[in-house]
Amino acid sequence: MRVRNLQDLEIIKNCHLPDLNVRLGIASADGYQVLCCTGTGCSSSGSKSVIKALNHHIKSQGLQDRVRVYKTGCFGFCKMGPILLVHPGQVFYCLVSEKDTEDLVVQHFKRGQIVERLLYKEPAEHKTHLHMRDIPFFQAQMRIALRNCGLINPEVIGEYIANDGYFALYDVIHNKKPQEVIEIISKSGLRGRGGGGFPTGKKWAFTAQAKDFPKYVVCNADEGDPGAFMDRSILEGDPHSVLEAMAIAGYSIGANQGIIYVRAEYPIAIKRLELAIRQAREMGLLGSRLFDSEFSFDIDLRLGAGAFVCGEETALLKSAMGQRGEPRPRPPFPAVCGFRNKPTLLNNVETYANVPIILRKGWAWYAAMGTETCKGTKVFSIAGKINNTGLIEVPMGTTLRTIIYDIGGGIPGGRAFKAVQTGGPSGGVIPAHLLDTPIDYESLSQAGSMMGSGGLIVMDETDCMVDIAKFYLQFSQDESCGKCTPCRIGTKRMLEIMERITQGKGEMKDLEELEELAGDIKDASLCGLGQTAPNPVLSTLRFFREEYIAHVRDKTCPAGVCRELTDFVVDPAKCISCGICAKACGVGAISGEKKKPFYIDRQKCIKCGACQARCPKEAIFKAAMGGEVTDANKPGDNRTAYPTP
Amino acid sequence: MHLEGDEKEEKFNRLDQVLAVYGRDPEQLIRVLQEAQHIFGYLPEEVQAYISHKMDIPVSAVNGVVTFYALFSTEPKGKYNVNVCLGTACYVQGAQKIYDTFRDQLGLKDSDTTEDMLFTVRSSRCLGACGLAPVITVNEDVHGKLTARDVAELIGRYKKKEAAGEKDEGQELTRPGDYQELSSPGS
Ligand SMILES: Cc1cc2nc3c(=O)[nH]c(=O)nc-3n(C[C@H](O)[C@H](O)[C@H](O)COP(=O)(O)O)c2cc1C
Ligand code: SF4
Ligand code: SF4
Ligand code: SF4
Ligand code: FES
Ligand code: FES
Repeated sequence: MRVRNLQDLEIIKNCHLPDLNVRLGIASADGYQVLCCTGTGCSSSGSKSVIKALNHHIKSQGLQDRVRVYKTGCFGFCKMGPILLVHPGQVFYCLVSEKDTEDLVVQHFKRGQIVERLLYKEPAEHKTHLHMRDIPFFQAQMRIALRNCGLINPEVIGEYIANDGYFALYDVIHNKKPQEVIEIISKSGLRGRGGGGFPTGKKWAFTAQAKDFPKYVVCNADEGDPGAFMDRSILEGDPHSVLEAMAIAGYSIGANQGIIYVRAEYPIAIKRLELAIRQAREMGLLGSRLFDSEFSFDIDLRLGAGAFVCGEETALLKSAMGQRGEPRPRPPFPAVCGFRNKPTLLNNVETYANVPIILRKGWAWYAAMGTETCKGTKVFSIAGKINNTGLIEVPMGTTLRTIIYDIGGGIPGGRAFKAVQTGGPSGGVIPAHLLDTPIDYESLSQAGSMMGSGGLIVMDETDCMVDIAKFYLQFSQDESCGKCTPCRIGTKRMLEIMERITQGKGEMKDLEELEELAGDIKDASLCGLGQTAPNPVLSTLRFFREEYIAHVRDKTCPAGVCRELTDFVVDPAKCISCGICAKACGVGAISGEKKKPFYIDRQKCIKCGACQARCPKEAIFKAAMGGEVTDANKPGDNRTAYPTP
Repeated sequence: MHLEGDEKEEKFNRLDQVLAVYGRDPEQLIRVLQEAQHIFGYLPEEVQAYISHKMDIPVSAVNGVVTFYALFSTEPKGKYNVNVCLGTACYVQGAQKIYDTFRDQLGLKDSDTTEDMLFTVRSSRCLGACGLAPVITVNEDVHGKLTARDVAELIGRYKKKEAAGEKDEGQELTRPGDYQELSSPGS
């Protein structure tokens, strides 16, 4: 049906509301709704076959009228996927596999008994939780940008409408002047979530003031920052909130056309976006004369082709026009001269996702959350050496400690926290003594890092900070578009120095040279990539200088990472004296006898790693050269720190 | 290109369909190239020249775009495209070792593709599934929480699939405009 007015929207809402209310715990129900995550994480852990098997057993038990299975977007707790949420009751099942589905159907849906073994168990305390809301991972969170992820079926527009979707668009078009909308966004204090934190209302106002026509609304869904996947999850779990926000933005600045630039590496997001756009067009929520008004707005997709620099706004606009994505100097800013050289509003996915709810609940509601300078919430993806990897949303000003220990469940394997990396290749590391910093844009820059897009990579004592800095420098070097010399050559020179240091060939004067080069590159590069590329080096030099010095002066890698500065060692506690390693070693560096741990002669070893790859017990690891073998530098099992529920 | 007459004609016919939809708009060059790569498996000079001619864009400009983006390849790729994520989350969980093990076990030194054209191994930056790090993709399949130990088994699984003569699923080509996985060659 075509939606022409508020009544039409209400009709659709009321169709889907009963289902939604059960999920929200507002209404009880006779049958069951099973929400199965089909985000990228759960899909790759097999959620598709789980859904298939569920439906099969539901049918064979004759329960198809009482149990319905829905697809949803990411719950954020991807490591525990595939995840099923059963309503009524918000029962949270995790690590569900195909062979569990029969039990689920017979026990839970037929007899009404919980399947205990599929519930979430806290790794440390062995506490089992029945409801999603009781799980520590979800408790400190406040889901605003992620409000619909895991709640609605992203492939059904009616479910989005049932949770008040497209009502803000209606209200704006019929009851508000463009200027009023921009004022609401300004007063809410919303700032760009793509990295820079530029005030969103201000950007809208600039673009609205531009006199040239036509104008464009662009969504930056490139998400090039490695370790960040919030934009992906929003697009997969709640595509309509981005479409609605772009239409609202279009109305506010006087644009009739939107472009979403999304990276080709996100096939599920692209499929959901294409579907969402089609459904919105069919209902007249995109296209000409929305809600029978004078305002028309439509959206097209452009696919990125795998260049990090294309996330930079001027490069993105060029790429969206089918050209090489090379940045150009600003000004002129996109607000004046952007897509097709016309005034263009460019915002990030998460920024847009906040817009409809701000307009529904008012700026004061939004501005009441967060810190003095940063309002609202921020989505973070937490990954690396942390128990609960996943996607979370917390109010600005939450401390890193809360995120890492309360929500993230701490560091696996009983090892010590070392640092958390934020802001990706443009950011830096934050050491343990700053864990209580309330995070917002300002406090993170003060710590020499950056908010960036919200990727948090946790590192423990087995991570080498010099190696991590080198990793990011390599990244920037690979991704530099090559247009300006300081960025192209400068990062190369820095990388060469870093390589020397990690190979044990560094000199103390290298450290000063790194700092000097960093300053030049920052000053003389054209775009943000070059301007921030030295940050990981500067920040690690600032907080972990002694680790650099160990590499340079003592020729050792304390964390046991850098190949040239470490030795292969046998962990006597794990070794079962099978002798496989000795056979694998081409230079005869390993000796041993039955019932005694084997031993590697550090002098003979050529560090080929063959023994480590073969050892069935993972008893061989790398340790600081000449250093002692302690529990601290033993590597962890990176598969999972969880007992299977 | 080492294509037989009929197969070649069929592929160019499909490219013509893509060009019919997007070919008039130079802004859609990247999309056309992506679809072309999907059809041919890679972007040989002949295909670039054809697109240049049909879209009336200088061949140097087409080539400039092809070489700029990581997703485009001017070399033929293997049937199973292994993409090891070397993004930060995967890196700190040992992805480099997985990448090295793959190349090692497949005997890859200077090239990304095995001689029998079965496997191509490359790396990329963040596949957006960091919660499952380390992550790799093989064509459309995503494999997470890997260790270097799983590599041999994975290679074996795809070799077995090949020996059994199974068709690689999920490869059907639909009309242009539908999104298609772009980096995998057809079977
Ligand atoms: C090298 C580089 C890469 C960037 N990558 C992204 C990205 O992937 N996604 C994004 O939203 N912004 C990215 N940005 C920031 C954008 O240029 C731009 O500031 C942002 O999309 C504006 O939206 P916002 O105001 O909503 O944050 C990048 C910037 C630079 C310099
Ligand atoms: S700073 Fe680097 S990425 Fe940016 S324009 Fe210059 S060379 Fe290109
Ligand atoms: S292969 Fe591993 S378990 Fe066997 S002897 Fe060597 S170190 Fe010990
Ligand atoms: S790393 Fe290589 S040379 Fe050294 S002990 Fe192991 S197998 Fe032998
Ligand atoms: S993908 Fe399922 S919880 Fe994230
Ligand atoms: S870093 Fe590998 S999937 Fe994100």
